Amino acid sequence: MKFVRWLADIDRRIIFLVIAVAVVIPLIFPLGMRVKVTPQTESIYKEVENLPPGSNVLVAFDYDPAAAPEVHPMALAFLRHCFTKKHKVIIMALWPQGAQMAVSAMADVGKEYDLVYGRDYVNLGYKPGGDIVIKSLGASFPEVFPADMAGEPTAGLPILAKVRNLKDIDLVMDLSAGDPGIPAWVRVANALYQRRVAGGCTAVSAPQFFPYLQTGQLVGLLGGLKGAAEYETVLAYAGKASRRMDAQSIAHLVIILFIIFANISYFILRRQREEKREGPRTGPVASA
Amino acid sequence: MLGTWIAALLTLCILSFLYKDNPFYKFAEYLFVGVSAGFWIAYNYHNLLLPNLIYPLKGAFVVLLTEGRLDLRWLTIIAGLLGVTMLFRFFPKAAWVSRYGIAFSVGLGAGLMFIVYLQANCIYQIWGTVKLSPVVITAGPGGWHVDWPTSVSNTLLIVGIVSALVYFYFSKEHKGVLGRTARLGIWFLMVSFGAAFGYTVMARISLLIGRMEFLIEDWLKLAVIAPIQGALTSLGLL
Repeated sequence: MKFVRWLADIDRRIIFLVIAVAVVIPLIFPLGMRVKVTPQTESIYKEVENLPPGSNVLVAFDYDPAAAPEVHPMALAFLRHCFTKKHKVIIMALWPQGAQMAVSAMADVGKEYDLVYGRDYVNLGYKPGGDIVIKSLGASFPEVFPADMAGEPTAGLPILAKVRNLKDIDLVMDLSAGDPGIPAWVRVANALYQRRVAGGCTAVSAPQFFPYLQTGQLVGLLGGLKGAAEYETVLAYAGKASRRMDAQSIAHLVIILFIIFANISYFILRRQREEKREGPRTGPVASA
Repeated sequence: MLGTWIAALLTLCILSFLYKDNPFYKFAEYLFVGVSAGFWIAYNYHNLLLPNLIYPLKGAFVVLLTEGRLDLRWLTIIAGLLGVTMLFRFFPKAAWVSRYGIAFSVGLGAGLMFIVYLQANCIYQIWGTVKLSPVVITAGPGGWHVDWPTSVSNTLLIVGIVSALVYFYFSKEHKGVLGRTARLGIWFLMVSFGAAFGYTVMARISLLIGRMEFLIEDWLKLAVIAPIQGALTSLGLL
């Protein structure tokens, strides 16, 4: 009973310490746990695979460094897939720091491929306005982005030569950490311009986007670190997300154990309190 | 190198709050707030004001001086003035002026987005539910057969949506069939809250992993101990 009481009154700092250990050890000693690929991840993979080489893929970097541990690995994996399939990647951002995140992603991925800026990819930078920017892209790309992130005119770039508006985009991939993000792209690019939209987001926001999957408004969805690890798995590539999933799984296991122990101790102590209040439970023979 | 050390020490300062509130945490917190405020002012000036207001007006002014004609870029001055009205919030006696800027942006947003919002978040969702069939029959090699997993999934979805909607129907007292359906709706809502909570835990742990990985790999430069992993694998423990 002492152990149960100790569990009920456990110092929260011990829980923090146990979680920290559960996270750190698998990072130093990776376990290589398998990641099961879900249909919503596989459908994004198939969508990119089935596009003919040279297709125009718009990647929106709608996240900031705070969401990078979850969303950045999926950006890296998705860009790798696009460049492997020789697609043209048009990068933009509805979040101020998104354009910088794209620069960081391209610095990592770009060196693995023989890419030419302006021919194979372009970073159009950040544009404020959310839904209104997407709506304007439906009318004209050059009007919304007369210059790229570096301030160079986009008029002469070969990658944008045949891209007049959103109708010339074969797939939109939104990497989102909040608003504006996936709902804005679904509302405008999909509902208004009937573009194929896929999404990658933080785990917190993933549950609210599942209804879009069921209706087909989203081609697929990468939810949190698990989604990123799934995309790396389907690409047969061991990236950061796959390595981090060991720590994630062990930490989840520890949290589940804490929840189970907390509930057991709660119910035992509640029963004890009730017995103290009502007196010991006695049967008819004992009372007689 | 210096940047990594500063980032690592500030990370430790923030994490020290988990033990208890302390001056190191306070220092990191105030530094973050100050740096963020400064960063956003500079960022918004360079990425919003300059390209969308100052440069177009400058260009329009040059055209006026050199060619003697007014071009459409002068219209950005209206947007600029509406933006300035918002700053009147800081002066209580003239705060009413800010309503013009707010009214314009709310009206514009509502007008532009009303239809697409309704279409994407309401019509498509209703259509997505209506098209569901509780019994799905598919053609296979041995003839027609019931696709049980899809049928059960669709049935659960229909029952879940209807019962959850009934829970939010407050025009009649929740008694009898209505009460039981609403109670079922609560169960479905609880399951969805549980799933959302699970995803939230996953997100928070992911952020912790990101910071820990930074401390271990970028700051402490601890290499992953592959030989130990290999030994565990050879023993069949992994």
